[in-house]
Amino acid sequence: MLCLHNIFFISYIYVKLVCKQNNIQLLSAKLIISNHNSTMILTDNKASIKGGEFLIKDIDASQIFIPEEFSEEQKMIAQTCLDFVRTEVHPRLDEIDYAKDTSLMVSLMDKAGELGLLGTSIPEEYGGFGMNFNTSMLVAEACGQGHSFSVALSAHTGIGTLPILYYGNDAQKSKYLPKLATGEWKAAYCLTEPDSGSDANSGKTKAELTADGKHYIINGQKMWITNGGFADIYIVFAKIENDKNLTAFIVEKDFGGITMNEEERKMGIKGSSTRQIFFNDCKVPVENLLFTREGGFKIAVNILNIGRIKLASAVVGASKGVISQTVNYANERKQFGVSINNFGAIKHKLAEMIVRTYASESACYRAGQNIDDAIEDLLASGVEASQAKLKGVEQFAIECAIMKVHGSEVLDYVVDEGVQVYGGMGFSAEAPMDRAYRDARINRIFEGTNEINRLLSVGTIVKRAMKGELNLMPAAMAVGKEIMSIPDFNTEEEDGIFIAEKKVIKNMKKAILMIAGASLQKFMAKFEQEQEIIINLADMLIETYVAESTILRVEKLITTRGEEACSLQKDAALIYLHNAVEKLNNAGKSAITSFAEGDELRVMLMGLKRFSKIEPFNLKDARRRITQAAIEKNAYVF
Amino acid sequence: MKILVCITNVPDTTAKISFTDSDTKFNKAGVTYICGPYDDYALSRAVELKEQSGGTVTVLNVGEADSEQVIRKCLAIGADDAIRVNCEPTDSYFVAQQIAAIASQENYDLILMGRESIDFNGGVVHGLVGEMLGIPSLSPVMKLDIDGKTARITREIEGGKEDIEATLPLVLGCQEPIAEWKIPNMRGIMTARTKPLKVVEPTGDDLTVTRKFELPAPKGAVKMIAADEVEKLVDLLKNEAKVL
Repeated sequence: MLCLHNIFFISYIYVKLVCKQNNIQLLSAKLIISNHNSTMILTDNKASIKGGEFLIKDIDASQIFIPEEFSEEQKMIAQTCLDFVRTEVHPRLDEIDYAKDTSLMVSLMDKAGELGLLGTSIPEEYGGFGMNFNTSMLVAEACGQGHSFSVALSAHTGIGTLPILYYGNDAQKSKYLPKLATGEWKAAYCLTEPDSGSDANSGKTKAELTADGKHYIINGQKMWITNGGFADIYIVFAKIENDKNLTAFIVEKDFGGITMNEEERKMGIKGSSTRQIFFNDCKVPVENLLFTREGGFKIAVNILNIGRIKLASAVVGASKGVISQTVNYANERKQFGVSINNFGAIKHKLAEMIVRTYASESACYRAGQNIDDAIEDLLASGVEASQAKLKGVEQFAIECAIMKVHGSEVLDYVVDEGVQVYGGMGFSAEAPMDRAYRDARINRIFEGTNEINRLLSVGTIVKRAMKGELNLMPAAMAVGKEIMSIPDFNTEEEDGIFIAEKKVIKNMKKAILMIAGASLQKFMAKFEQEQEIIINLADMLIETYVAESTILRVEKLITTRGEEACSLQKDAALIYLHNAVEKLNNAGKSAITSFAEGDELRVMLMGLKRFSKIEPFNLKDARRRITQAAIEKNAYVF
Repeated sequence: MKILVCITNVPDTTAKISFTDSDTKFNKAGVTYICGPYDDYALSRAVELKEQSGGTVTVLNVGEADSEQVIRKCLAIGADDAIRVNCEPTDSYFVAQQIAAIASQENYDLILMGRESIDFNGGVVHGLVGEMLGIPSLSPVMKLDIDGKTARITREIEGGKEDIEATLPLVLGCQEPIAEWKIPNMRGIMTARTKPLKVVEPTGDDLTVTRKFELPAPKGAVKMIAADEVEKLVDLLKNEAKVL
C-alpha cells in the first residue's frame, strides 16, 4: 500500500542530503514541520507567484502575460531585429557558413551594434537601452531566425556580456559595458574544457597570483568557445591555486598568452566561430577578477539560467521561420495535380508544428514576465539592480530549464517535419531545410544539455520543497489521500472559459505530485540516482507547465477579443492539451512501473488513469482548421 | 531646410485581399499594415538630407488612428515630428487637398512622397499637390541632391534616365535607389514615443464613393500546345482567350 503518511520522515532525511550537498544549514526542516499541518493549497492564489509554484497553485489567466500584450514599441523593436535578419543575414547565409575568416560575421555584429541590438539588456548609464527582461526575450526571438548569426549575437549579448553586467564592479562595468553595448568589443565565454562539460566545476584551468600580487597567470585549455575567433574579451573560468570552486576573470585578447586552434568543423551553425582556446601564462590584472574568488561557479549557473530562457525564445523565433517556409513550400509544391497542402498527412504535420510553437511561445513569455515581476519586487524591496535581476531569474530557474528543453525540442520537431514536407528537396542543400535541420540540433546540447536541464528542473523543485521554499508536501499528501478515496463524480457545471480543461491541468499536477511523492519516498537519499524516473517526472512537468500556459493565454485572449475571434487559438490550446495529457500519461506509466509493485503499482496506475482523463475532441478537424488558416496566410498563422 | 514627407499606411505586400459590406470596403481583419515602400525611400532620403545639412523632417499622413503605428515607425527612423489628418484617405484628390492645406501653412522646401501608394497605386498625388500649391512636381525621382536652393534630380523616363536641375520648393514622387532603406534603430524607437504627433481634422469633401471592389479573376490552368500545332494555338488565342 502507498504510505504517504511517512513522507515527513523521509523528506527530513532528504533535507539532510540536499542540505549537505549545498552547504546549507538544516534550518529549513522546521519549516517543513509547520507546512506539514497546513491545508491543501492547490487553490491558494493570494501570494505573488514564485518559481516552481505553478505545480501547486491555480494560476488565474489574468495573472499571466501573453505575447499579444506587447506594446507597439516592443513590437517595433522586434520588427527592427526581424528586418535586420531578413535584409542583412538571410541573403548571406551561405557566405556566412562557408566564410574563410570571421570578417563577415564581425561586420554583421558591427551593424547589429549600430542598430543597438547588442545593448538591449545593458542599462542606459552604460550605453545600452535598459530594456526589461521580457523585451530582451522578444529581441532574442526576433533574431532567432538568423542561424549562425543568432548564435554569435546571443553568445555576445548573453554569456559574454551578462557576467560583467551582473557581477562586475563599477570600474569593470564602466570599462567594458559601453564597448560591448555598441559592439566595438565582442565577447566570448570560456567555461567548457575537454574534460569538463556538464560537470563545469571540474575544470582544470589554473590561475596563480604573481609574487607582486598584481596579476593572475592563467594556464589551461578551453573548448567549444563561441565567438572565440574574433572576441576581444573572454570571460574565463579558472581555479585559483587549489581552490575547490571556479573563479571568473575578464580577459582581454591583448593580455597575451592566448592561442587557438583552427575553427571547429561542426554539424551545424557552421558560420558561428567555435574555437579551442589555450591560455599559456596569460597575465590578467588582479582587478579583472570578476565577482569573488570561487564565485565563478555561481556566475556560470546563474548566467546559464538566463541563457536558457533566452534560448527558448530564440528557438520559438526559429520555429516560426521554418514553419512559414514549410507552409509556403506546401502551398507551391504540386503532386498528383494538386498542391501538397491538400493532403491530410501534410496538414497534420503543419498543424502540429504550429501548435507546439504557439504553446512554447505562450509559456516562454509567461515565465519572462514572472521574472520581470520578481525583479520589480526585489527592486522595490531595495535590492541593487543587477542583484535583483539575478535573483529574479534564479527564482524561476525551474521554468528556465523547462522552457529550454521544450523550446529546443519543439524546434527539432519542427525542422524534422520541415524536411519531411519538403521531401527530396528537404534533403537537398539547395533548399533551406538542410541548414535549418543541422543548425537546430545544437540547441538541445548547449546551455546545459536537455538531460541536465530535465534533472535540474525536478531537482530544484525537490530541493525547494525540502528547504520549505515550495509548499509541496501538503499538496502531495492531499493527492495521496485522494487516490485512496472514491473518485469525485461531481458533474455540476460551472460557468467560465476552459473549466473542464483547467480541471485536467489540475489533475496533471496531481499526477506529478503523486509520482514524485511516492518515488521520493521509495528511494529517499538515492532518489537522485534514479535519473530515468526524474526524467519521466520532468517530462510530465514540462507538458503541464506548457499546456497550462497555453490554456491560460487563450483564456485571457478570449476575455479581451471574444471567443469567435480566437477560435484557432482555442483549437491550438485544445490540441496541445490533448497531446500533453497523452505524454504525461506515458511518462507517468514509465515512472510508476520503474519502482512500484503489487498493490502500490495498481493503485498508482489507477490514480494516473484518473488524473489523465480528458474528454475526447476531434483533433483532426481542429488541426485542419489551423492548417487551412496557415495555408491562406502562407505563413505561421498566429 | 524644412522637409515634409507624406506617407501612406498600406496593407503589407503579402496581405490577403478581401472585401466586406457588399464589396464596398476593404477587409482589414488580420491584415498587417506597413509604410508604403516608396514612401519609405522618400523618408530615408529626407533623413539623410537632414543628417547632411540640418533642418527638420515632418511626417504627414492622411489616415485614421490605426495609422499611428506606422507614423511612430517613421519618427523612429528619424523624422522630428508628425501630423495626422484624421480621416479615411478616400481618393487621390481628397488626399492631395489635405496635404496642400497643411503645406500651405508652412514653407516647406521639399515635399517628398513615394511615386505611388501600393494599395490603389494612383501615382498622381504629387502632381496634384504641386498644382494646388503652384510649385513644380517631379516623379519618379531616383536620385536627389540639394545644393543651396537647387535640387539635382535624376528621374526615370521611358527607356532611360533624365538629369534635371530645379529650384526649391518642389514636390517629388520618389522611388529606389534614392536612399538606402532604413531600419529604425533602438535609440530611434525609444525616442519616437516622445516626439510630437499632431492630429488635425480634414478640410473639403470627398468627391468619390466606391460602389464596388472586384478581385481579378483567378489565374486559369495553363494549356500546353505542341510546338507543331501552331494553328491550334492561334485558334485558342482567337476564340477561347479572345486576345487576338
